[in-house]
Amino acid sequence: MAHHEVTFPITDPAEILKLRAGDEVTVQGHIIGIRDRTQIRIFDQGVEPPMDLGGAFLLHTAPNVRKVSTDAEGRGTYEKICIGTTTSARMVRFTEGLGEQYGVRAICGKGGFPDVAIEPMQRLGMVYFAIVGGAAALETTQIEEIEEVLWEELMPECLWKFRVKDFGPLIVGIDAHGNSLYHDVQARAHDKLKELYARL
Amino acid sequence: METVNVTSSSGLEDAVLEAAAHLYVWALKDIPQDLRDALAAARDRETSKTGIRILETIHRNVSIADEQKNLVCQDTGIAVYTCRVGEHFPLHPTRIYAALKAGTARATVEHPLRSNAVHVLTRENTGPNIGYRLPIVHWDFIPDWDGLDVKCVPKGSGSENMSFLKMCVPADGVVGIKKFVLESIVDAGGKPCPPGIVGVGIGGSADYAMYLAKEAIARPVGTRNPDPLVAQLEDELYGLLNETGIGPMGLGGDVTVLQCHIEHADTHMTLNPVAVNYQCWAARRASAHIAADGSIDFDREF
Repeated sequence: MAHHEVTFPITDPAEILKLRAGDEVTVQGHIIGIRDRTQIRIFDQGVEPPMDLGGAFLLHTAPNVRKVSTDAEGRGTYEKICIGTTTSARMVRFTEGLGEQYGVRAICGKGGFPDVAIEPMQRLGMVYFAIVGGAAALETTQIEEIEEVLWEELMPECLWKFRVKDFGPLIVGIDAHGNSLYHDVQARAHDKLKELYARL
Repeated sequence: METVNVTSSSGLEDAVLEAAAHLYVWALKDIPQDLRDALAAARDRETSKTGIRILETIHRNVSIADEQKNLVCQDTGIAVYTCRVGEHFPLHPTRIYAALKAGTARATVEHPLRSNAVHVLTRENTGPNIGYRLPIVHWDFIPDWDGLDVKCVPKGSGSENMSFLKMCVPADGVVGIKKFVLESIVDAGGKPCPPGIVGVGIGGSADYAMYLAKEAIARPVGTRNPDPLVAQLEDELYGLLNETGIGPMGLGGDVTVLQCHIEHADTHMTLNPVAVNYQCWAARRASAHIAADGSIDFDREF
């Protein structure tokens, strides 16, 4: 499997097209943390995100943080305690909107997306990165700073802007060419189940 | 072994509170040795490149959590306690529950830990990992004994969402049980953070089967049901589950589960319930023994 280093947000769509399912990726730059309620607010309640998501890398997260200070306008500054990644499948229905309306190019989480994500990701030039779920102590060391927290009232399901260094290892779970490791593993496992059932 | 003595007048309730607060944070930071051994064995056994990379990353993560005294996983879960209360333990379970709740809240505020508890309809946060009927406690009462054992299992949502119940019928037999466990774990795929512990509850009633499945995931990794027939089924399912190829994080490989534990109860002649509860690889668990005089011994023996 090839290894790539990609800096987000990206400006050249070719950065995504060079990634193939099964490749390993290390990410630099800035990533945006989102979760269920954040996306419910954007898509179901029709509230525009107060942040540019063009070319962005979104992380399915809700971190453990400590509030350090509050500015004159009531906005908090936070320091990290433990930041990890949640299960993506719950949020698959937002994929197309994120790519089409806001130009998001990468979604990172754990556990993968079901097959319904394959077509929009191919059409819109998006990629799904699998992180090692539960490996939050490691992930926290790769997040250099929490630069911005918007929609604080949704705590911990806010919009988080993190600056990262050597974020990974990430595995390309679904690429922009219609390939999904999750689809392949499930197809093989269902074939295997038939064989196992015959032995019971 | 760490020992804390509490001798004040309301000492016993304080001791339970103290134990709960300590166990919750301890469980989140320092995973048990039996789990570490199981993860190391998994890494040695895995042959897929991606699977090895994932299991090595898990190992690295556990080391970093140890070094930095950080949480292994960010999901602080819902606190699930198992209490074994001695018949002569001089504190009523009502007060034990109050102390477990206060201890959970104190740990959450003091650390601080992410608070996950919400009202199920409004989804508004209900407090520092406490709420109506939270934390959850499993009770067991022990005759001719004056002690209290408390086990804390912070249960993450990624794995808890992968819970399944099927009311098999007697004609489905043991084969029906095996098929349901296999199809549940294949359908769960990478979502519950495999390789983890598959807890299976069989028999009893619908609700009790699921209760037993939760008991099963909370056992030390690789322990066996005392009933040899059930233990044999644990061995068989463990082998079969690892043939599915789901692999670490559902990205394919040899190691899909670290173990399969089964708890059972006798049931109605017309029932054959099967419940599956999944515990992620970060199968956090910590236990304490509280004596009648309020002294606490922290250990991991149940």
